[in-house]
Amino acid sequence: MSDEQINRENEVTKSCCHNRNNTPNEPKINKNIHSSSDIYTAQETTIHHLMIEGASCASCVSKIEKALRAVNGVTKAEMNFAQRTVSVTGSVQGAALITAIEIAGYRAKVDTSDSEQEALDEKDKADWAYYKKLMRDMTIALLLGVPLMIYGLVIGEMTVNTNSERLVWFTIGLATLAVMYFSGKHFYVGAYNSLKNHSANMDTLIALGTGTAWLYSMVVVAVPELLPTMARHVYFEATAMIIGLINLGLALEIKARGKTSEAIKRLIGLQAKTARVVRGGNDVDIPIENVMLKDFIRVRPGEKISVDGEVVEGHTAIDESMLTGEPMPVEKQAGDKVVAGTINKSGSIVFQATRVGKDTALAQIINMVKKAQNSKPPIGRLADAISAYFVPVIMIIAVLSALAWLNFGPSPALVFAIVSATTVLIIACPCALGLATPMSVMVGVGKAAEAGVLIRNGEALQTASKITTMILDKTGTITEGEPKVTDVLLTKNYSRKEVLMLAASLEAGSEHPLAMAIVDSAKAQGIDTKKVDGFRSIAGKGVQASCEGKALLFGNEKLMKDKGIVIEQYIEKAQEFAQEAKTPMYFAINNTLAAIISVADPIKSDSIAAIARLQKNGIRIVMLTGDNRLTAQAIAQKVGIKEFVAEVMPEDKANKVAELQEEGEIVGMTGDGINDAPALAHANVGFAIGTGTDVAIESADITLMRGSLHGLADAIAVSKATLANIKQNLFGAFIYNVAGVPIAAGVLFPFFGLLLNPVIAGAAMAFSSLTVVTNANRLRLFKAKNH
Amino acid sequence: MLWVNIAGMGVIGLIIWWFWLYKSSSVDMSDGVIEVLVKDGVYQPAVIKVPANQESTITFFRADSSPCSESLHIPDLEIAATLRLNKKVDISIPAMQPGRHAFHCQMKMYTGELIVD
Repeated sequence: MSDEQINRENEVTKSCCHNRNNTPNEPKINKNIHSSSDIYTAQETTIHHLMIEGASCASCVSKIEKALRAVNGVTKAEMNFAQRTVSVTGSVQGAALITAIEIAGYRAKVDTSDSEQEALDEKDKADWAYYKKLMRDMTIALLLGVPLMIYGLVIGEMTVNTNSERLVWFTIGLATLAVMYFSGKHFYVGAYNSLKNHSANMDTLIALGTGTAWLYSMVVVAVPELLPTMARHVYFEATAMIIGLINLGLALEIKARGKTSEAIKRLIGLQAKTARVVRGGNDVDIPIENVMLKDFIRVRPGEKISVDGEVVEGHTAIDESMLTGEPMPVEKQAGDKVVAGTINKSGSIVFQATRVGKDTALAQIINMVKKAQNSKPPIGRLADAISAYFVPVIMIIAVLSALAWLNFGPSPALVFAIVSATTVLIIACPCALGLATPMSVMVGVGKAAEAGVLIRNGEALQTASKITTMILDKTGTITEGEPKVTDVLLTKNYSRKEVLMLAASLEAGSEHPLAMAIVDSAKAQGIDTKKVDGFRSIAGKGVQASCEGKALLFGNEKLMKDKGIVIEQYIEKAQEFAQEAKTPMYFAINNTLAAIISVADPIKSDSIAAIARLQKNGIRIVMLTGDNRLTAQAIAQKVGIKEFVAEVMPEDKANKVAELQEEGEIVGMTGDGINDAPALAHANVGFAIGTGTDVAIESADITLMRGSLHGLADAIAVSKATLANIKQNLFGAFIYNVAGVPIAAGVLFPFFGLLLNPVIAGAAMAFSSLTVVTNANRLRLFKAKNH
Repeated sequence: MLWVNIAGMGVIGLIIWWFWLYKSSSVDMSDGVIEVLVKDGVYQPAVIKVPANQESTITFFRADSSPCSESLHIPDLEIAATLRLNKKVDISIPAMQPGRHAFHCQMKMYTGELIVD
């Protein structure tokens, strides 16, 4: 980029910002949250991810990076040439970056991963075109095959005995060759290429089977005298029919496959195409890929939320059921988060974009579901191992079958040998085996996503179906995770206000939900917190710090005893609180107990029903909590849990998981907090409640998008249904091949005189894969019970 | 019949040698770039050699309408990708120790091998 260009670009950027800063009609944004200047100038450092078009060589990278670094406010610009993406860090508006890239001679837009909707449309178009091609190929082949087959069934004579018959069959042989070329070319080209690569696939079997039938028939026509009279039978109808039927099977399979990906299509369809961005005091509709971080977006009732953001103005109810499965709309007001793909039901709001493109929760969900759909559970490994050897083994069986007929078969042995070898090659279906697992995973994972359950991979899906024990964290999992202060029992000469002020000041540094309750309580009473020094969190026990020269200690009985605080005379009172399912905490000032503060965390409205549902399915439930034993007991009794472990340190949660695993249990762990992460990772399957922290979600195998424990029961139910479906598919595919191949080889002939017709083998092969896909599609009808 | 049986056994021997014993020659990565064409039932080239202990990128170009060719799996590396028709898709291979890793489509009809050397 020349200096002139850089200068020009800077002018553009400056000009852009200047105009925006001086816009007279700014939107009415909540001034407490954003100053008007924030609206058009990014004040904070932001990382923008952009997709670059037109970069064709490595030198483009330095040119683009240089152009971006020259933009005012950019501190870092790094391009990934392989992915054609660039990450730009700085206090800068995304629009300025796009302008800079355009001036440098390229095009840019927000990185939306791989524009899902566009990819989906392309796929649908390509599948439709391929379906039409296969149907056309099928029609051509059956136009020849069906009349020939009817002739063979009605007249019964497909032999070559006279010169006129030779001429007729030669002509039909050429017509069959045309069918092989026009309708079956893809099989032969695929087979040839595979052979060249020293590999073999379905094409190899079809090409060999139909090729053998045609070649033998042409030998019969060309030099009948070489063969005994009884062996002068032609199989042109078999060649044409097999090609026609397999094309039909493939076409129907494409249709059925389309349905297996309906869930992901529905998720992709949730993405809005445009957003109404507030710019220059006006609302401007722009494509979604042009929405930048920190843009302000207006959403009216009935419209979709375009990107993730935070409400800055207005009040509304938002339907999040498409992502969480939670049917009730969620109330939103200034400060609340909104998620792309959800629908604004009632009011008009303005929100500021916090995550765009591939970073939105919806894009990440789509990505996660796609990845999981492509993964394979361990149950599919046997089919994979067999697939690797399948085709060559079938080829060997075909040769052995032909040899057996030639050695031991009745006359005409050659005909029996050719028919059996052809039928073995045609009936064998590696596709049914290959499709058995992935098709069910595709539908099952999609079905789970529809219920607000995100399954990370096939292994998690399989293991979830076998869970025998489920560990539930109490706070935030069984309970709402939003405790409230219920009692403040003063034990020294401090006022309630002073105690709350000091306790809240101390707890302001803690992320624990109980700490939040105290801070919120102080805030609600108009009590301001003070700065504390030397804040220290004592894992599983409490916190300590000093404030205004006072040494503060807040936590459980263990902490008080460790620090030598005298609490004996108040233990009974604390136990009374605990028996009421409240959590009593001790607060000491200057090494003397100043108060017992109790908080209560309400049980989620459907926890009792969901736990009963899990228990009904034979799952042992264990509750873990860092809370004291009496409170834990009270909560456990209320929700119908018999086993619980109280006063558990964070690291002990993982130990408890290991302990149960040693007992032979397959353990699921459900939690929502940072301290659950080790246990989630240690469990056979870790479940994160979607309302939990990012850390918990990252550590989990399965994420429940809504807070309800019904999601847990749904996840287990859908994984059981999917595994059952996979087993049906695998069983069907194995039995089909295990029974079909020997029958095709003629094992029934000595007992019943039965030898399979290659055309019937072709039909069976074509519809075996279709059966697997159709069975997988049955999962789409799955509905979680007892909801 | 003896000669027929010998010929039959010869064909079986040929199948075993061709599909299981023969070691295909690999195509090396040049200038850190390698492109694999997905067309007509196969990956071309099907055996790829990438340098050990350094990251590399393999570009797949799918020119085959068959839905089977749509997905690419490298199970050892836990890589699963969707190949869009007539579009290049870059697959990043992490730095690895020398070894051999199979890659294939969903149904294992398209097969290939990644040699890290």
